[in-house]
Amino acid sequence: MYIIVIGGGKVGFSLTKALLDEGHEVVVLEKDQARTDFISGELGSVAIRGDGCELNTLSEVGTGRADMFVAVTGDDEDNLVSCQIAKHRFNVPVTVARINDPNNETIFKLLGIDVPINSTMEILEHIEQRVPTHPLTHLLTLKEEGVEIVEVRIPPTASAVGKAIKDIALPEGTTIGLIIGKKHKPYLPTPNSVLEADDQVIAATPPEREAALRTALRGK
Amino acid sequence: MKILIMGCGRVGAKLAELLDKAGHKVTMLDTDEYSFRRLPGDFGGTALVGSGTDQEALKKAGIGDVDVFLTLTQGDNRNIMAAQIARHIFNVKRVICRIYDPRRKELFGELGIETISPTTIFAHMLKEKITGTGQG
Repeated sequence: MYIIVIGGGKVGFSLTKALLDEGHEVVVLEKDQARTDFISGELGSVAIRGDGCELNTLSEVGTGRADMFVAVTGDDEDNLVSCQIAKHRFNVPVTVARINDPNNETIFKLLGIDVPINSTMEILEHIEQRVPTHPLTHLLTLKEEGVEIVEVRIPPTASAVGKAIKDIALPEGTTIGLIIGKKHKPYLPTPNSVLEADDQVIAATPPEREAALRTALRGK
Repeated sequence: MKILIMGCGRVGAKLAELLDKAGHKVTMLDTDEYSFRRLPGDFGGTALVGSGTDQEALKKAGIGDVDVFLTLTQGDNRNIMAAQIARHIFNVKRVICRIYDPRRKELFGELGIETISPTTIFAHMLKEKITGTGQG
């Protein structure tokens, strides 16, 4: 694949290196001359000094035949605008943008960026997984399908303790996939499986039903 | 009219002065408080410190009920992003975006933003001054 990377900072540099190792054709555009020279010195002549928002520069590097366009500068506005130019002027099939300020995710999605990567939120999700007392942990987000895979720990005080799954009012579209308990091995639940205190429940749920799921499993 | 201007540079401050004198309700938004020194002493509008690409700052500046939002910072991309936030998230009736780069102006004009390129306008003006003909 031919991949264009915008921004040769730490993220852009490492990404370019990894993509080259995988055998892709890569060009990285970087505004700073010294940084461009550094990347070329390390990785060969893949770095070009230029602004990833300039249409002339993008034409010169052959954006029209790129399979993927990845903007990973530290400035959200530059990442957004360069991806929009790639998409609307050069018809690049896949645009990927790094989002530095988590609040910008909405506008990136609204404006059709194919893969918005909200780095702050991704770090946060990893932290959540390491915090054992967190009531609801995100394990995996399937954006296209609109499904979150989450883990919910059942506190001893929850009204769900001692109840069969069929008797718990789970939110619409939610499926319980696995139960991991302290006293028993992980098992695939049936409608008659009874929840115990401190069970860890792995469930698939639409993101907007997360709060309802938490209430159903952890509410008193 | 209620008018919100992002960027209190020379153009932004001058425009704010003119609109304020004409009786409009003007709010200025700039990340640098020092830029407000450009506003006249008798400026009757509001000046707020904040970024126009920050949705919270836009809300505080009253973007929900403005008639016109103008993006006049030095950064083309910042102007474009703020203009698109105003249009697509806050549904502002009229958004005017300054874009220095004529080719970027053309593209985002096609994408539904009202854009102005001072570069093109000024170049045509100078050409007219010299040759007596504007466009073409």
